Amino acid sequence: MSNLLNVAPTTLLVLVILLLAVFAFVSARSRAMSLAGGDARKLHSLPNYYGYNAAMLTAIPALFVLAIWLLIQPMLVQNAVIEMIPQAAISEGSSVNLVMSDVRRVADGLDGAVQTGALTVDAAKNLTAADDVRSILAGTGVALGSDVGADVLAAAQRYRGLQSTGQWLMIAVVMVIAIGGLAVALMATTPTFRARNMVERFVLALLILAASLAILTTVGIVFSMLFESINFFKLHPWQDFFLGSKWAPNFRGDSDLSILPLLWGTIYISIIALLVAVPIGLFAAIYLSEYANSKVRAFAKPLLEILAGIPTIVYGLFALLTVGPFLVRLFGRGEDGILGLDWMTGATSVLTAGLVMGIMLIPFVSSLSDDIINAVPQSLRDGSFGLGATHSETIRQVVLPAALPGIVGAILLAASRAIGETMIVVLGAGAIARISPNPLEAMTTITTRIVSQLTGDTDFASPETLVAFALGLTLFVLTLGLNVLALYIVRKYREQYE
Amino acid sequence: MTDMSNSTTPQNSLLRQDARTIRRNRAETRFKAYGVAAISVGLLMLVILLVTIIGRGAGAFQQTFLTLDVQLLEAKLDKKGNRDLEDIKKVSTFGYAPLMAAALEKKVAQSDVESDLKPKEMAALLSKDAAAQLRDFVLANPDLIGTSVEFRFLTNSRVDGYMKGRVTRASIANDKSINAEQLDLVDALIKDGALEKRFNLAFITGADASDARPEAAGMGVSMIGSLFMMLVVLALALPIGVAASIYLEEFAPKNWITDIIEVNISNLAAVPSIVFGILGLAVFINYMHLPNSAPLVGGLVLTLMTLPTIIISTRASLKSVPPSIRDAALGVGASKMQSVFHHVLPLAAPGILTGTIIGLAQALGETAPLLLIGMVGFIASNAPDGIASGLMDPNSAMPAQIYEWAKRADPAFYERAWGGIIILLVFLITMNAIAVMLRRRFERRW
Amino acid sequence: MKDNIISEMDVTTDKIKISARNVQVYYGENRAIKDVSVEIQDKTVTAFIGPSGCGKSTFLRCINRMNDTIDICRVEGDILIDGEDIYDSSVDPVQLRAKVGMVFQKPNPFPKSIYDNVAYGPRIHGLSRNKSELDDIVERALKRAAIWNEVKDRLQAPGTGLSGGQQQRLCIARAIATEPEVLLMDEPCSALDPIATAQVEELIDELRQDYSVVIVTHSMQQAARVSQKTAFFHLGNLVEYGATDKIFTSPEDPRTESYITGRIG
Repeated sequence: MSNLLNVAPTTLLVLVILLLAVFAFVSARSRAMSLAGGDARKLHSLPNYYGYNAAMLTAIPALFVLAIWLLIQPMLVQNAVIEMIPQAAISEGSSVNLVMSDVRRVADGLDGAVQTGALTVDAAKNLTAADDVRSILAGTGVALGSDVGADVLAAAQRYRGLQSTGQWLMIAVVMVIAIGGLAVALMATTPTFRARNMVERFVLALLILAASLAILTTVGIVFSMLFESINFFKLHPWQDFFLGSKWAPNFRGDSDLSILPLLWGTIYISIIALLVAVPIGLFAAIYLSEYANSKVRAFAKPLLEILAGIPTIVYGLFALLTVGPFLVRLFGRGEDGILGLDWMTGATSVLTAGLVMGIMLIPFVSSLSDDIINAVPQSLRDGSFGLGATHSETIRQVVLPAALPGIVGAILLAASRAIGETMIVVLGAGAIARISPNPLEAMTTITTRIVSQLTGDTDFASPETLVAFALGLTLFVLTLGLNVLALYIVRKYREQYE
Repeated sequence: MTDMSNSTTPQNSLLRQDARTIRRNRAETRFKAYGVAAISVGLLMLVILLVTIIGRGAGAFQQTFLTLDVQLLEAKLDKKGNRDLEDIKKVSTFGYAPLMAAALEKKVAQSDVESDLKPKEMAALLSKDAAAQLRDFVLANPDLIGTSVEFRFLTNSRVDGYMKGRVTRASIANDKSINAEQLDLVDALIKDGALEKRFNLAFITGADASDARPEAAGMGVSMIGSLFMMLVVLALALPIGVAASIYLEEFAPKNWITDIIEVNISNLAAVPSIVFGILGLAVFINYMHLPNSAPLVGGLVLTLMTLPTIIISTRASLKSVPPSIRDAALGVGASKMQSVFHHVLPLAAPGILTGTIIGLAQALGETAPLLLIGMVGFIASNAPDGIASGLMDPNSAMPAQIYEWAKRADPAFYERAWGGIIILLVFLITMNAIAVMLRRRFERRW
Repeated sequence: MKDNIISEMDVTTDKIKISARNVQVYYGENRAIKDVSVEIQDKTVTAFIGPSGCGKSTFLRCINRMNDTIDICRVEGDILIDGEDIYDSSVDPVQLRAKVGMVFQKPNPFPKSIYDNVAYGPRIHGLSRNKSELDDIVERALKRAAIWNEVKDRLQAPGTGLSGGQQQRLCIARAIATEPEVLLMDEPCSALDPIATAQVEELIDELRQDYSVVIVTHSMQQAARVSQKTAFFHLGNLVEYGATDKIFTSPEDPRTESYITGRIG
């Protein structure tokens, strides 16, 4: 909530900068025109470019500094405040991070109280531990778990002080940069100034920035998970994570957190999914690209691809409410069941999730394989037909072997999709971590545990929460490895026939 | 092999198939049949899926209502009699319950049904939301206080289930919420015409409701949440994606940095969506302290997730603009930048738009990352009142709302989850249809 | 047609192998071959020449029903091989193609080993009872195609690793391994350099001893070098058919003369 209030001055600042940019555009443009004596032909560039140049010089460095500032300030403030918290203030079973989050809540709460008028600025500054800070804050909608100690309050006050100093400093610096940019741009505006080249260089820089966002995202993914994973391994032995045999999180501590049972569930479900999707998808692709006439293709291909466009939550519900109960009727319920067996009790199972995931992957496998089969040159088919091979012999002995690397790539991509799939397993696979060969039992996967460890009330200082980041990192490395391998194979395959 | 009879018939006549050819042709037929079977299985799954969705979800668009004549007694609702809205607001839903109970009793008495149910048991047929419904109605029309109005009340989800065949007399043996006598009364009310199924607009426009009131839950607020997320995605992913594509396609030098960026993008397209959720939680919520459950955060996460899709399709449409156009622009003295922005980009626009819509549709149906940034697990009951509140206030999103209902393990909520899927699919089909139409309309062959 | 003058290049037999009567080929609405009748002799090299798009390749592909693989293609009229109509409904194109082998414009070895490339046909047609018989067939075919000496030490190497001329001779070996009676060649040298072309042409001349060879070619010199009979196609019509020397020295039709002298083409 309170962040909304923190955002407000920043928003205002951005608006002011943008207004300045508009002003810069108008004044630079008219300055250029007047220097050229109203004759645009005497200018090096079109008059608008002088305007753009000034606007960009005004806004972009300022906004850039602003963005960096917003990213770095919380880190600096946090580090400064953390030093103030004495070891004694950290109670049993708590951690410095937990205390820090209390500090932040108190500080935000006090800001909120000032904003809503519950406290005056001075009153907020002069609070002591003797005042009932907890109830004051409760009045503004900030609920605290315990009374506020003197240390925490002092830290919170310092936090507030640093935050507001930082903010004023930021406003000052950013404004100076913006106005400086404006001044430089106006001074540079002469008829011989190469405004267009300047603007284009700017635009190019923006384009590069946009393109490098992809790298930034990857870096963000890796670092966000890496740091928390390191924290996790500080709290929990890595031997248990990678080599243990049990997954039993216990929020009172002393949990068994091994990835192996989850990995087993993930791989088991993925294998079943691939057993469904690969034969069906591959044969569908073979039929569509080799046998079907254009009418059948125009009809069946888009229909199959609808399966790929259906959101995974739909498949999840389908697994939980339709396929699962059907499988129970088939394999369970003893005498009342269809087969009279009593092998399955709950609707969630490895088979349920695997089957439904397989259905989801059919179009994925088929459209990738379709592309790959189509890339096999017609001359090879002609060669085989010319020798008197039947169509199926040609496909099995010439087309498929030629397409094999590409198809392997497609299957690897499908496997990576299966491993990373979340909603189907959250709803269809169950929550019991175990290593068992029985596909009719409920098992759990890496993705479902990430969801369950990170939803609800989470405490980012306990290994039970942090383990989700280690799981996420493992998942990321696993899928990345598969993807890189698959993309490499597919690319090599394409080059072969280009 | 055939024997040779005379010199004019060749040794192995083409007109007779030898045993091996017959065998090979059988294998051919079998192989082709596998293909047909595979396609049929795929299509059959699609049909089963769609039939299930429609069969189970269509019910959510209808709801059972009980029509009663309610006396809006002035003595209860506006003791001062001055029709001051502030005073009327002071009467809570508890003040309305007796009015409803009385109306129901009267109805039962009129329709000569023998029932030894206590008034409280009768009132249990109505939804727990019914009193709030009536209160909202009175607050909107204070002039009607003192008169008798005909009002359609939502009924309890069990009654609704009975009307829809979900609840049967056999299935209620262990159900504490409803008993056989109550169902007798329901039957009588059906005969009387007071109890009937009607189209339920509130499911499409309304807000989520608590566990005990599935009959009152709707998709409306989560739809708004999704809308705000899509606005964020559109506002960020489209410009950034187009800018990145222009750079990579038109300006990037062939070197290892460009290679890394390209490999990066194709890999990001295949990173599991839940990983983006972890990124969002770690960066936007834990580090930047953006609010939990906010559509802004959801939109940011989905933006990062959608960017690779948009970049890949935008690059494809930029690539399809022939180099002759660029040469023509450069030939009349335009700069490289001008040739791209004045000529290539407008020509590629339809393709870019199509790719963007498809990317948006993908983002609209995505659930997993939203779970991690807290867009589930609460009741999204208030529609936002403005852009800032729409972006920053906690809300749900359509797929997250469906997941939330699926978790509540109540057949009445399952029905709503399927119904929500119908609404979601209508959006997705519309978006994809627009994309296909755009492609058909503007497709240009060079 | 007056083509009974047997040329001095000894045509060993004048037995008719393939006889086409009033063949029409349609691609959708477009008529690509117009009323072509021709009789092709056994143990002879027959060349089809003509400007590009004249239908010579299309006609060639009718002889082993390769046009069946094209959806919109329709063939009318009769083509008889050894007196049997190959478009008869009881004829299986698979069996037909075993008897009428084909070599394509671009060398198209399968992405398999040299051995497997050649063994492919015999395997699918069940021509060998065991491995050593198959080895014999492969060796014989490779020798027949005059490539044995170049590849005998690396039979397991991929066929795609050979040079263009070697690849084309491998494809010829692959075609003759199924022991066909007719060999169709669709511009077999157009993708090869002159030295490879010379090797393949020499091979074609040798193959004449055992097969009826029909070769489509773009190059008139090639037709003159390798063939005994030549057919000139123009705009889907068979304009002239006769002994090669006669076509090249004293053509009867003005269109043939224009083409040979380089005025159309």
